[in-house]
Parts: sequence; structure tokens; C-alpha cells
Amino acid sequence: MKNQLITFISKQCIRLVLLLIAISMISFALLVMSPIDPIDAYFTGVAVSDEQKAIVSAYWQFDRPPVERYWHWATNMLSGNWGDSFVYKAPVLQVISDKFTSTLLLMLVSWSLSGVVGFSLGVISGIYQGKTLDRCINYFALVSVSTPVFWLGILLVMVFAVELQWFPIALSTPIGKSVEDVTWLERLHHLALPAITLSITGVSAIVLHTREKMIDCMNSNYMLFAKARGESLWVRVKRHGLRNVAIPAVTLHFASFAELFGGAVLAESVFSYPGLGSAITLAGLRGDVALLLGAAILSAIFVFLGNLIANILYIIINPEVQGGR
Amino acid sequence: MKLIDNNNSKYTRFSVKSFNRRQWAGFFVVLGSLFLVILALVGTFMPEQSYAIDYNHKYAAPSLSYLFGTDELGRDMFYRTLKGLALSIKIGLMAAFVSSCIALVLGTLSAVFGGKVDSCILWLIDLCLGIPHIILILMISVSLGGGEIGVTIGVIATHWAHLTRLMRAEIMQLRNQPYVHVARGYGHSYFTIGRKHFIPHVLPQYIIGLVLLLPHAILHEAGITFLGYGLPLDVPAIGIILSESMKHISVGMWWLGFFPGLLLMIIVLIFDRVGTALREILDPMRSQK
Repeated sequence: MKNQLITFISKQCIRLVLLLIAISMISFALLVMSPIDPIDAYFTGVAVSDEQKAIVSAYWQFDRPPVERYWHWATNMLSGNWGDSFVYKAPVLQVISDKFTSTLLLMLVSWSLSGVVGFSLGVISGIYQGKTLDRCINYFALVSVSTPVFWLGILLVMVFAVELQWFPIALSTPIGKSVEDVTWLERLHHLALPAITLSITGVSAIVLHTREKMIDCMNSNYMLFAKARGESLWVRVKRHGLRNVAIPAVTLHFASFAELFGGAVLAESVFSYPGLGSAITLAGLRGDVALLLGAAILSAIFVFLGNLIANILYIIINPEVQGGR
Repeated sequence: MKLIDNNNSKYTRFSVKSFNRRQWAGFFVVLGSLFLVILALVGTFMPEQSYAIDYNHKYAAPSLSYLFGTDELGRDMFYRTLKGLALSIKIGLMAAFVSSCIALVLGTLSAVFGGKVDSCILWLIDLCLGIPHIILILMISVSLGGGEIGVTIGVIATHWAHLTRLMRAEIMQLRNQPYVHVARGYGHSYFTIGRKHFIPHVLPQYIIGLVLLLPHAILHEAGITFLGYGLPLDVPAIGIILSESMKHISVGMWWLGFFPGLLLMIIVLIFDRVGTALREILDPMRSQK
């Protein structure tokens, strides 16, 4: 079991390295090919002489051939220098670590929320298969998967921020307050709407999946036997249902990091939430190659970690896998 | 006694229900596709005057003459929305079609050749799923300098992976079926076996996969235009309409964002349901569930 896990993890590490090399190469190639002139993008809205342009170009190595630039970037990156973002006028690593904490908080809250809500709804829906409650939950899941994240965000803003004024419209902290003075409560208050938006769209996959598994589980012989023994519905569900359903649900939920990240980019854009998603959007629009590359690498690592955890949990929790190999 | 009665009624109801369900699904597929086709045609061939700038009717709330209201330039939001959705459907269809073709080719190659080719293609799938789709589409769009083509290629490049996996699994399973071996033994050519055994098996899965790609493709297209990539601002793409509506959100112009998004959601929902209904019709194993 332990050996199995170690070989598994070391194999995954090799996979990650290969993946990151490929992703960095593809991203670099894509961004180098882009018709946005990095020097013009650097000087947006500023009149500059050709000499200044040449200095900047030499400083950022825009005048070298792409392969050399990639090599330069990659070796620097390994030593911890991810380049500088000219949109934020700061080192990329610093921008990313600043922004990523807000995004991570947003994703963590909405991920947990959608996990708990989705799992409960799925279980309930599976227990009452075919009843009105099940149908309602099913319809909700189907509609929520078709709802564009950003439109949902706009709707929530219209209802809860503009009309009812329960929540602030945008940003992650109150305007005009320095970072140290912001309390956790204020932060959560600003986080609520984006997190709810993101979690509603993330709920449907887990609901539908859990429901299917729960239905299978309810129709199984051991459930029938438990019923014959006289166990009440909730005892049956608790003893025999939840454990069986939880394994695939947890795995699935960890494997959904890619959609979570994509959703966060959109949700942040709606709420002007100053996280990594907004930074990526801005970097792409302005042609900030270094920041985009850094963000792409980070997102790939993030998705990979989600899948890795899903796989490891699958090996650890699932007794069938342990005996099998 | 009661139990048996219950079972009986359940069985009769079940058979009638499943019969109806198939017909119901067919009816829904026809109706849904018709709706989408009409929408796409109307949107494509609509003259530009129908959403022209008209300063006399700025910020009109939804009414009978302006179903979805008008925006700050007095443009009719109903027609703009139709135009935007037609564009979304067009890009979605194109992207889904091309990426499903890629999936078919790669899936077949992977299953037929196996070995190195297979692991290579599996790695490509891994790579494609290893980065959030929105970011890859964004980078491709930046790389191609935006425009409809950038968005379309971005959506194509991100949507083939799941279907490739599905196609690969289908064909692999099919390859080892006894009747395929028997057909080989009878001396049938690969072409005949492909035509008689493979295509009838894979085609339904392919069509279902293609239709179910569409909702994702359309949502991604809308998302990327919402972020401000791809299409120029005067094109009434659905993402652009929605991102414009955000400017007027705090002054209570709810119709600017509400109706276009609602229609987008309905379209995506219809595509999704048509795909599922098609599965019920084409895949007899599942339709009995």
C-alpha cells in the first residue's frame, strides 16, 4: 500500500514536470506569435522616442529570437525569477502570490459550499428518486449547468446588491480602507456574492453524479436487507449509503479544479474582485506576456494538484483498489 | 398482495412510459433543433437596421414594441440579442464540428494502433485537460490577435479531449468483439468491417458527443467575449452585450442584462436537452433506464 503510493506519487511528479515543460512551451509560443507588439503594449498611452524603445526592448530581450528568449525565461524561472509584469510594475511572482490568496479564498469557499450543498442535494434526490423533490433538484442541476457564470453573477448583483443592498457590488474590501484595517467580516461580506455565484454553477456535476450513485445504492441488495432488518430510512442512508457515495463524490470534486479556476476568472471579472482571474484578463488584454505565462503555469499546477489529490484519495479511501493491484 | 399489485402497475406503467419517452424525445429533438435553426437563420439574415442606433428611444424599458428594451444608444436589445445568439450558435457549431472530427481521428488512431501512438495521444489529452480551458482559449485568442477566428480556434483546441477519450474507449472495446474477429476470419476487408460493424456502432456515440459539445462550446465562446477578448465591441456578441450591461447595472437597467442572458441560458439548455434526448433515441441500452 505504502510502496504503491510512493511509486504512484513519483510517477506523477515526472508527469507534472513533462506537463509543465509542454505547457510553458506552448504558452510561450502562442504569446510570442501574438500580433500585439510588446513594446507598444509596454508604453500604452505614453509618447516615447525610438531610443527609449530600443533600451526597453534590450532590457526585456524583445529583440532576441524566440527560442533564446524561451530558454532565458525558463532558466530564470527555475531560479525563482519569473520576470516582471509591466501592467502591475512588479515581479510576476509577487503579483501572483498577492492576487492568488484572494482567488484561493474565493475558490476554497465556493468549492466547499458547492461540495457540501451538491452532495446533500444529490443524496436527497437519490433517496426520493422519482418524487417531486427529486425532480426539482434534477431540474435545478440541469438549469444551473447551462447558466453562464457571469450572467448569474450579474443577476445576483442586480437582486442582492442593487435592489436589496445586502451585499456590496464589487471589490474584495471596502473602498478607502487600507488593507490592515479590513476585518474578516468585511472580507466575507465582499466574498459572499462571488462565492455563491461560483458555487451554484459548480453544484450540478456533483448533484447529478451523487444522485446516480445513490439510486444504485438504494436499489442494492444490502439496502434491501437493511430495510428488512427494520432500520429506518436515515439509519440506512447513514450506515450504507453515505459511505459508498462519498468516495466517488470526493474524487469528482477534487478533479473539478479546472472548471473551478475557469469559473473564478469569469466571476472575478463580474465582481471586479481583485484576484488572479482579473489579473489574467488584464494581462491578456494588455499583452503582459510574463504575467500570463506565470499564471498559466500556476493554473496548470493547481489543476494537477486537484487531480493528484483525487487519485491519491481514491487509492486511500477505496478498499477495492487496495486489494486489486 | 399489495406488493405484487404495486409491481404490476409499475411494470405496465414502465413499458408505456418508456415507449412514450422515446417518442417524446424524438418530438423534442425535432422541435428544439427547429427552434435553434430558425433562431440562427433569423439572426444571420437580419438587416443591421433592426438594431440601428436611435437616440429618440434611449433606455426604453421592455414593452411590446421593444421586447427586451433598448440600450444607451437606443438599439433594440431584442434584435441585438438574436444577432449575438446566432453568432454564438454559428461559432459553437463550427467549433464543435471541427473538434469532434479531431476527436474521431485521434480516438480511432489511438485505438487502432495502440502502443506508442496511444500513449502519445493520451498524453495530449492529459495536456489539454491540464490547463483551465478559459486560460488556453484566452492565450490562443491573444496569439491570433482576437477576432472570430481566434475564439473559434480556441474553442476547437480545448474541446476535443473528452470526446477523444470516449471514441478511443468505444473503438477499443469494439476491436476485440468476437464478431469483428469472425468477420476478419471470413476474409472481409477492413473497409467492409469498418462500414458494417464500426460505423453503425460509433456513429451514434459520435453524434451524441458532437451535440453535447455544443453547450460547452457556446458557454466558452460567451465567456471569452465577456472578458473582452475576441470580437470587436460593435459586434453584438452575447458576451459583449452582457459585459456592456454591467455598466448600467447600478442604475437599475435590469433588462439590458437579464433578457440576453436568459435567452443564452435557454439556448444552452435546449442544446443540452436535445443531446440527451438524442442519446435516448440512438442508444437503446440507455433509453430503457
